[in-house]
Amino acid sequence: MVEHRPWANLLSHGVLLIGVALIMLPVYIALMAATQAPGELLRGNMPLLPGGHGLENMRQMWQSGIASASAPPAGRMLWNSFVMAMTITLGKLGISLLSAFAIVYFRFRLRLFFFWLIFITLMLPVEVRIIPTFEVVASLNMLNSFAGLSIPLIASATATFLFRQFFMTIPEEMLEAARVDGAGPLRFFKDILLPLSITNIAALFVILFIYGWNQYLWPLLITTDPDYYTIVMGIQRMTSDENPQWQLIMAAVTMAALPPVLVVVFMQRLFIKGLTETEK
Amino acid sequence: MAAITLSGLAKTYAGGVAAVKGIDLHVDDGELVVLVGPSGCGKSTLLRMVAGLESITEGALSIGGRVVNKLEPAERNIAMVFQNYALYPHMTVYQNLAYGLKNRGVKKSDIDRQVRDAARMLEIGPLLTRKPRKLSGGQRQRVAMGRALVRDPAVFLFDEPLSNLDAKLRVQMRVEIKKLQRRLQTTSLYVTHDQLEAMTLGDRLVVLNEGRIEQVGTPMDIYRYPATLFVAGFIGSPAMNLLPVDFLQARNAGDALDALPPGTDIIGIRPDTIFLAPPAVPHLACDATLELFEAAGAENHLYVRLAGGEQATVIRTGQQAPVAEGEILRCYAPLEALHCFNQASGQRTG
Ligand SMILES: Nc1ncnc2c1ncn2[C@@H]1O[C@H](COP(=O)(O)OP(=O)(O)O)[C@@H](O)[C@H]1O
Ligand SMILES: [Mg+2]
Repeated sequence: MVEHRPWANLLSHGVLLIGVALIMLPVYIALMAATQAPGELLRGNMPLLPGGHGLENMRQMWQSGIASASAPPAGRMLWNSFVMAMTITLGKLGISLLSAFAIVYFRFRLRLFFFWLIFITLMLPVEVRIIPTFEVVASLNMLNSFAGLSIPLIASATATFLFRQFFMTIPEEMLEAARVDGAGPLRFFKDILLPLSITNIAALFVILFIYGWNQYLWPLLITTDPDYYTIVMGIQRMTSDENPQWQLIMAAVTMAALPPVLVVVFMQRLFIKGLTETEK
Repeated sequence: MAAITLSGLAKTYAGGVAAVKGIDLHVDDGELVVLVGPSGCGKSTLLRMVAGLESITEGALSIGGRVVNKLEPAERNIAMVFQNYALYPHMTVYQNLAYGLKNRGVKKSDIDRQVRDAARMLEIGPLLTRKPRKLSGGQRQRVAMGRALVRDPAVFLFDEPLSNLDAKLRVQMRVEIKKLQRRLQTTSLYVTHDQLEAMTLGDRLVVLNEGRIEQVGTPMDIYRYPATLFVAGFIGSPAMNLLPVDFLQARNAGDALDALPPGTDIIGIRPDTIFLAPPAVPHLACDATLELFEAAGAENHLYVRLAGGEQATVIRTGQQAPVAEGEILRCYAPLEALHCFNQASGQRTG
């Protein structure tokens, strides 16, 4: 157990506080920067107090974007990011749940072969296969589309593998009891496997949503139409403006950081619930 | 309500393990038959073949006069209680009981009535809104039973349903299962490795060994006339004493030796048929060293070693020890209490 010695207590709290400060300071600076008047930041100031233009900056960024950097309104980009991240997340979850279900519960030919095939793709993240993938997406006319943004990122060996491991811990009698109770494979999946996996699904949802939201290289490569820009790559574009409007960029950054935070906050309840009432 | 008929039922697993080797058995409508045998003898495999959870390699299985070899478990009109209960952890007790009915498209109002009836019968009414993890072992066991009987199936299948309970609860549930089965008159197959549970529960017993039937009969039949050496050693506690005939002959152990059926080379004697005074009928007699006296209340156990022998022999008696531990006593077994076997064939000789 943890000993209660005052100086150790003080020390550990000190270390933690320094850690929090290190992480929170940039966030704070970005927040403050987002509230400054136009031009304030270009003059080389880095104010640590609110500048009073926060709402105005946000509204401008949200509604009109930065024309000089050919950045569309942030509202549009956030929506694009959201659609891409959600499609990737739900796609990955759906596909990996189903493929793990197939691998664990069905005895088909070459089952092990397919398992390893899926497993091997772990070694091929987007960055490695980006050129051939681009070729394929381009030939399928999927450049500048939500399909092109999300589909190539959906296949997920990691999630398949995690669900496989989890399914294998569920006692075989559970399936047998369900069979005696007249549940076919899909009903077993829907009524028993899915509810039992809910904690895992929530945890993966968070991880995958953030993964999808933070995609940078891939959207940069396949979108040339501003209608399909995502917020993460959009921000990068804004910074390459001749006169970067930092107060607006920081407003965009603040907005871009919000959805992942919200996802964590909402999903957290689910998996904390799962952790405290482990059932099996 | 249905009779079960197994003809030449056999199972060889994919790896080549022959777990069940040709079983012929008829279970009458309403009967409670217990499959008993040591661990690994194929009891579970056989039960799971009847349930439809394990494919049948050979032979025919019919339930209620209908061959069901190829039917899914749900189509066989059976219900099963699993050793670890296999309750659905995310569902309440009510939902656990209702799930099988729901899948069969039973009307909501009927489901409700049936679930409440079953809950009343098993006295789990107050638990209906709880989840399985909030239940004690005994309560889970009841819920597992409830899930089986709520559907009013033609056949109950039990796979060691009491083995996860403590001794006291086990006895209590055993009685309750028997009463329920009597009341519902549902044909039942019950698997256990516990011979006491088997003896007390079954209308008939099927003793299995290495995938084959050793003997089928009522518990008393099997206790009184074990058909094989294996059954003789397996049924009864303390176990039957098995003594080679030539060992007894070398000790000139009494006139009963002249009256043995031909082919006998092993003699089995139940611990409660060894006496400390000579009976008036032909009998065996032998000197033995008392090694340990065990007082168990209503009955006492004498652990003795026959003169010149290696094997420990048990005597069950109501009396006190006639001599001190380490001293010699003389013990007797009447001819009519001897079970005679042939070692090579393993069969009873008469
Ligand atoms: N799925 C399986 N694959 C291969 N062999 C099995 C399988 N299940 C059981 N066995 C083997 O079949 C034999 C009988 O097993 P089982 O029916 O579970 O015995 P019991 O229930 O009487 O203890 C054992 O030797 C066991 O190792
Ligand atoms: Mg078993």
